[in-house]
Amino acid sequence: MARVTTGITSSHIPALGAAMQTGTSGNDYWGPVFNGYQPIKDWLQQPGNMPDVVVLVYNDHASAFDMNIIPTFAIGCAEKFKPADEGWGPRPVPDVIGHPDLAWHIAQSLILDDFDMTIMNDMDVDHGCTVPLSMMFGEVDKWPCKVIPFPVNVVTYPPPSGRRCFNLGDSIKAAVESFPEDLNVHVWGTGGMSHQLQGPRAGLINKEFDLNFIDKIISDPEVLSKMPHIEYLREAGSEGIELVMWLIMRGALGEKVKDLYTFYHIPASNTALGALLLQPEETAGEALDPRRVMSGHSLTA
Amino acid sequence: MTDKKERIDIHSYLAAFDDIPGTRVFTAKRARQGYHLNQFAMSLMKEENRKRFLADEKAYLDEWDMSEAAKQAVLARDYNAMIDEGGNVYFLSKLFSTDGKSFQFAAGSMTGMTQEEYAQMMIEGGRSPEGVRSIKGGF
Ligand SMILES: [Fe+2]
Repeated sequence: MARVTTGITSSHIPALGAAMQTGTSGNDYWGPVFNGYQPIKDWLQQPGNMPDVVVLVYNDHASAFDMNIIPTFAIGCAEKFKPADEGWGPRPVPDVIGHPDLAWHIAQSLILDDFDMTIMNDMDVDHGCTVPLSMMFGEVDKWPCKVIPFPVNVVTYPPPSGRRCFNLGDSIKAAVESFPEDLNVHVWGTGGMSHQLQGPRAGLINKEFDLNFIDKIISDPEVLSKMPHIEYLREAGSEGIELVMWLIMRGALGEKVKDLYTFYHIPASNTALGALLLQPEETAGEALDPRRVMSGHSLTA
Repeated sequence: MTDKKERIDIHSYLAAFDDIPGTRVFTAKRARQGYHLNQFAMSLMKEENRKRFLADEKAYLDEWDMSEAAKQAVLARDYNAMIDEGGNVYFLSKLFSTDGKSFQFAAGSMTGMTQEEYAQMMIEGGRSPEGVRSIKGGF
């Protein structure tokens, strides 16, 4: 039987991909960010930790979906997905290889569970999907696991509520657990943390909000899921709304989780960055040492 | 799940967005207004279109059913003005990517700060939410 063993959160900002591409990931600016990810990268390479399939929750940033079609929840059911050309040519990374059997199974299960999925059989994936893969697996000729891209609309209002995202995660868990094949499945929630990319208020960062969000997603996601959109907008910036996607990841891990690793950094370009490694408590492995890492300006009061 | 769920009042939901300083939330109203501007930006995902646009920006823009103000905003690379015309930053990213510019460049350009000032503010921890959460509330 397939099971959701692990939840990971990650930033997906294009600048991280650009830092790898330009060989600047070790410089003073980016070095601390890549160092902060290293323990998760290493953990993934240890026996038993590499997923067979990642359900990768992200938002399409006006790449696969334009103003003509705006699905709230979509699922990539294709054999493979090409990196999108977002205006500077496609990111030079491998094609994302899907798992159509599991994807279709999840799609069907979710629809029966009252989540009306949009099924994508031909879709390019943008930085939202490929940057987290680069951050976790580095520069590789092919990705070491299958990936089911799971785009969520957080661009055109209203995005789904945190509540709905949390419940969706729970339904993804049930869907995975009813798939007969024995698979190690991860659910990744990407995007965030606080950031605003538009208008005179651009550049907003809210460390207090972010650190509370990290604590609550671990210990009290139920309450966190009730946070209204306006609070994300006011506190975490207009693009901080991406954080609702973390609740999908969290919903897929069941009631109690163990936080194996937490990384928080300010700033990565325009954003505050959070990377978490979580497992369901009953099947959790050892926490990493150190368990919590903060860097950059997040260390200052 | 048979009990009736609490409904969100759409009018107060939308009205609250106007209370955030220096922020334009991409609502249906803005999405409708900016439809052609955003679709123009999407067209720059193709190399041949980028070439054609850069060769003669005005002529390329005239192929799109955009307002004159939106066209002018694009020509001037005035991202605040584009957002006022219903543009969304993720769509507009195709335009600044075509120019070889980053999200940090575009975001910085909307703040009235120089690129250096904006970059420095980010390194120093970003813009504090203090006082810019609510216009009415002043918090
Ligand atoms: Fe994003």
